Amino acid sequence: MWEKIKDFASTFFVTGDPLIYGADVAIVLTTFAIIFVLTYYKKWGWLWREWLTTVDHKKIGIMYLIASLLMLFRGGVDALLMRLQLALPEMHFLHSEHYNAIFTTHGTIMILFMAMPMMFALFNIVVPLQIGARDVAYPFLNALSFWLFFFGALLFNISFVIGGSPDSGWLAYPPLSELSHSPGVGQNFYIWGIQISGIGSLATGINFLVTILKMRAPGMKLMDMPMFTWSVLATCILIIFAFPILTVTLGLLFVDRFFGGHFFTMDGGGNPMMYVNLIWMWGHPEVYIVILPAFGIFSEIVSTFSRKKIFGYKSMVFAMMIISVLAFFTWVHHFFTMGAGADVNAFFAVTTMAIAIPTGVKVFNWLFTMFRGRIQLKQPMLWTLAFIPCFAVGGATGVMLAVAPADYQYHNSYFLIAHFHQVLIGGVVFGYLAGIYYWWPKMFGFKLDERLGKWGFWLWNIGFYVCFMPQYALGFMGMTRRVYTYGWDLGWAPLNFTSTVGAFLMGAGFVFQIWQIAYSIKHGERDRTGDPWNGRTLEWSIPSPAPHYNFAVIPQVKGPDAWWEMKKEMQQDGTKKKPVQLKPIHMPKNSGIPFIMSVFWFIAGFGFTFSWVWMAVFGLIGVGICLLARSFQYDTDYYIPVKEIERTEKALGRAV
Amino acid sequence: MEHAASHHKHHHDDHHDQESLKTLGFWIFLVTDCILFGTLFATYVVLRTNTAGGPVGKEIFDVAGFVAETFILLTSSFTSGLAVLAMHKGKIKELITWLIVTALLGLAFIGLEINEFYHMVMEGATISTSAFLSAFFTLVGTHGLHVSFGLIWMIAIMIQLGRHGINPVTSRKVYNICLYWHFLDVVWIFLFTVVYLMGVM
Repeated sequence: MWEKIKDFASTFFVTGDPLIYGADVAIVLTTFAIIFVLTYYKKWGWLWREWLTTVDHKKIGIMYLIASLLMLFRGGVDALLMRLQLALPEMHFLHSEHYNAIFTTHGTIMILFMAMPMMFALFNIVVPLQIGARDVAYPFLNALSFWLFFFGALLFNISFVIGGSPDSGWLAYPPLSELSHSPGVGQNFYIWGIQISGIGSLATGINFLVTILKMRAPGMKLMDMPMFTWSVLATCILIIFAFPILTVTLGLLFVDRFFGGHFFTMDGGGNPMMYVNLIWMWGHPEVYIVILPAFGIFSEIVSTFSRKKIFGYKSMVFAMMIISVLAFFTWVHHFFTMGAGADVNAFFAVTTMAIAIPTGVKVFNWLFTMFRGRIQLKQPMLWTLAFIPCFAVGGATGVMLAVAPADYQYHNSYFLIAHFHQVLIGGVVFGYLAGIYYWWPKMFGFKLDERLGKWGFWLWNIGFYVCFMPQYALGFMGMTRRVYTYGWDLGWAPLNFTSTVGAFLMGAGFVFQIWQIAYSIKHGERDRTGDPWNGRTLEWSIPSPAPHYNFAVIPQVKGPDAWWEMKKEMQQDGTKKKPVQLKPIHMPKNSGIPFIMSVFWFIAGFGFTFSWVWMAVFGLIGVGICLLARSFQYDTDYYIPVKEIERTEKALGRAV
Repeated sequence: MEHAASHHKHHHDDHHDQESLKTLGFWIFLVTDCILFGTLFATYVVLRTNTAGGPVGKEIFDVAGFVAETFILLTSSFTSGLAVLAMHKGKIKELITWLIVTALLGLAFIGLEINEFYHMVMEGATISTSAFLSAFFTLVGTHGLHVSFGLIWMIAIMIQLGRHGINPVTSRKVYNICLYWHFLDVVWIFLFTVVYLMGVM
């Protein structure tokens, strides 16, 4: 019996690596600490009522934000471990299998469990406030999306202490990811972690599309919408068309591994190249899914901190719409070397270069917005200014990669690594960080400290160039991606060492940002006006943080930059806002079902991962029962009485 | 909830908006489901000739069986339409009767499909025989799972109709399940053409 348990434990838990044992101890201690704190301060009920069951988009946004920062930390540690291993030739810091697992989890976590939730955080916090709505179209579904993401991410992350991490690259190309080459459970964690959170992402896409189309304040036409809302609309369309492909692709890989199918195997007529096509049909739109909202954020910030309306509003909208269509016609550029033929490669080379045109239009529009504006160099604006040159260089190297014949040289080299990190860090990460600094007062009611923020900003920026510029050169020198070590004779040592220094500078930047948050909670400048940046859009017309129901009275919109126009009107009239008749506000009730259903999804995913069919079936039945329970629920909403609204508004310093 | 009562009319309007919002969302969900099936069809078309020495479509497809499945499913789509018509006339009994007929036809369809799969597996044509059969079972099976899911959902709605009668919430639900049902019918027509007819040609 004892022997059996020991046997099971030695395969169930990841063993034999001091780094992992350290992580085990840290996880157990943190878990106990959390349980202790919650119990000691009697916070379990509070946690359940205020957070786990909430359907409030603002709270869901904050939970997304916290989760994404944790994932940024995890993915960042992965990156630093890789850079340590590569700092010098013939290092013995990580062995090859461990290195494989780390570059896999780094990529998957950064895209799917860091960038996506950080994006959804901003969707949730900003969009309903920008369009003058009291919540999203489907608040219950919104909560479900978050918890599916959360438990999907959890399932993926526990793989490094239980069962073993996936190690066949962030997109898990077969046949490497097939049972024949990856017999362990790591790949199953990959499939189910992404599958579960992917359902949530798809639901969010539907949710925000309907929210933007149907829940705008009266008078706000599509062409009056703030630019960030437009970018979310474009992103939602991409999500709706791209994510089902991911669901199917991972589903087919699962059929291969679980039922012995032959979709992508080397025998039985399978075709691994089919997988590569399918995964990039999702994967390429996916990079536009994460970059478009960043474009939206920059548009808001440039306009606010230049005291001008955005230059070329219509061309901005058209550019985003064109990008969202073209995004579906470029996927083959990820594998020009597969041998699809000159005509196919030529088509995809041209579409790829074409997508640089609308992107260029946007860059010029941002520059022209700043031209003769009264620019204020606040933190959000700093990140925006850093983004423009960084993204321009990243875009230019992208066009170099798009030249199909030349790509045979660059393919899978460090040149490619440098390129996509430049657009993803310089574009997506800088964009989301800018957005977080910009909307932070709206989320929490205080600004983040400028001095510490500047330290973080410069460390990130200098670190970025020190880390990735050498990698372009390393690519030309012949260094390919995913090598875990290299020889002294190759002459790659100095550039690799420089690159590692840069990575640690970025890590230091992140530490400064966490310090900045901790410092600002106590000392940050409080925002009592609700409009700390002299903003232009509706989210700045209400107190910070926004009350539960957002708008006591739904605003009437007359054109773009609605709040800016209202402020001008109020100045001209010389009067305060006229008193208005309050009405009871219709709100959705909290629900525990999204959380419980996601727990059952987690159980099902865990069961499938270990091929424990009983557990998987139990989980799926639980999911079904939750769905039925929700279907039979009719009492799902309530009204906030006028008195309570009056009380809340007065407490927030608003005369009603 | 006394406030809810005093604003009953208001409440009613809010509900109407919400129900139409949910139907719009359901249409968009169907778009995503369309792409899901589109991807499966594309995979099937790419892999359909990769039989790896296993049986080809002609050898395993039973013409009488899939024609029967087709007629049953098409009829059920028609009866679900009759259910919605009955709902618009406010006739609850007729509505539930037509839903029961639809569900029974759906059940018959699933029964035939399970029988078809069972015979194939008995003849040694399984999901792990060849890429063609993996694609076949996955594509047709995904459609079958959709129909089965729809059946459970339809039964749940019938119970709710019995409890609450026809109101904005239940009629939205009936409308959406019937949309879903018609959608599965359309998918089946493509399955019938691309998989079965082209398979036995």
